[in-house]
Amino acid sequence: MQAPVEQRWSPYADNGGTCMGVAGEDFVVVAADTRLSQGYSIHTRNCSKVTQLTDKCVIASCGMKSDAITLHKHLKARMVMYEHQHRRQPSVTAIAQMLSTTLYYKRFFPYYTFNVLCGVDDEGKGAVYNYDAIGNMERVPYTTSGSGSALVMSVLDAQIAKSNQTIATPSLDKAGIVELCKDVLSSVGERDIHTGDYAEIFLIDAAGISKTEFDLKLD
Amino acid sequence: MAPVANPKSFCLDIKKSGEAPKLMDFMKGTTTLGFVFQGGIIIAVDSRASMGSYIGSQTVKKVIEINDFLLGTIAGGAADCSFWERHLNRLCRMHELREKERISVAAASKLLANIFWQYRGQGLSCGTMVAGWDKKGPSLYMVDDQGDRHKGNVFSVGSGSTFAYGVLDTGYRFDLTVDEAVELGRRSIYHATHRDGASGGVARVYHVHEKGWTKVIAGEDVNKLHYMYAAEKNLKGDE
Repeated sequence: MQAPVEQRWSPYADNGGTCMGVAGEDFVVVAADTRLSQGYSIHTRNCSKVTQLTDKCVIASCGMKSDAITLHKHLKARMVMYEHQHRRQPSVTAIAQMLSTTLYYKRFFPYYTFNVLCGVDDEGKGAVYNYDAIGNMERVPYTTSGSGSALVMSVLDAQIAKSNQTIATPSLDKAGIVELCKDVLSSVGERDIHTGDYAEIFLIDAAGISKTEFDLKLD
Repeated sequence: MAPVANPKSFCLDIKKSGEAPKLMDFMKGTTTLGFVFQGGIIIAVDSRASMGSYIGSQTVKKVIEINDFLLGTIAGGAADCSFWERHLNRLCRMHELREKERISVAAASKLLANIFWQYRGQGLSCGTMVAGWDKKGPSLYMVDDQGDRHKGNVFSVGSGSTFAYGVLDTGYRFDLTVDEAVELGRRSIYHATHRDGASGGVARVYHVHEKGWTKVIAGEDVNKLHYMYAAEKNLKGDE
């Protein structure tokens, strides 16, 4: 008789995708693809990973979509509560800390989300926050998360931070960073099966939040 | 808690089973050290955080400024340490408000140790040092995720600690000057980052003294330190 094999149920699923955030002097660029997958199947080609929390702040989450939905819902509810109590919207720095503690409260059954929180802070500077699954928070000049994050990070290290570059290149302006994010997402779509279909680009600056979409490959 | 048969070991089980890739690779931070000397306490840390074999960040702040006269370090799980040390900040502030005097380092470290004791066995990962100057002078306590708490003069915590101890123990004397002590801390961190893959980034050094703490070295690239120390020995640094 065959030896018994334990069949475990897992509460987690990896829905793939890639997102990134880059902070500028007085703006932030957020880019994320819209493919929702499970294993080798695509659930949908048109599923946004990004939620707008305030006039100056968005959150993008990769990982498990159901946890991302719940987390974003929870954060939106907290935004309403904050506005009721304080008569203004919370700042990016306040939201960042709140997200960190929200994630840590589920320390022993974590949200399977890799979050990137982006916005313009109270001083008008671009802010990008990187998180791990249980809420370790760090404010960074740029970050990525998701299945293609390792592919993206090295490119951003080279092109934005210009780490270890021997040939000097001029630093990128707002339009240049948007184009870079688009190019990077296209390239990740070529090499990561979970990334592709369409992409959303959010530009947050003093004028507010503007969203554009562009096509990635459908294969 | 997770709705499974063994909720206490859920995180470890998921990690072992490989069902949720990268989820349970929390950000972990490594080499930190601290020592007491005649001028107070020196705390020196690196700044790398790894998530599994991926370098999550090279710019982590592993010294948490609990308040104006207490410092805590992060080694092990970054989220665990930063969350509970922020919590410790609140507890210390409540103590000040209730007792109308500053909390002692012994009491602050005990509060933290008791929290870890409560969560013992559930998978928290923290090796922290609590350093401060109170009525009894400078005190350095090492507190870890098992609820251990030890007072001492020389500690190094993290995966690179063995390398740091070698250099630290060789150069340590109680009567170091402040500059010598800062240099010893910086050098020990450099050596740990050189040999330990999970340590790197920049070296940061803080000095705790009677009036509180000072950030002596905000962040010096360890790569630069490598070539600097090699030049001191008249070497190029690529041997």
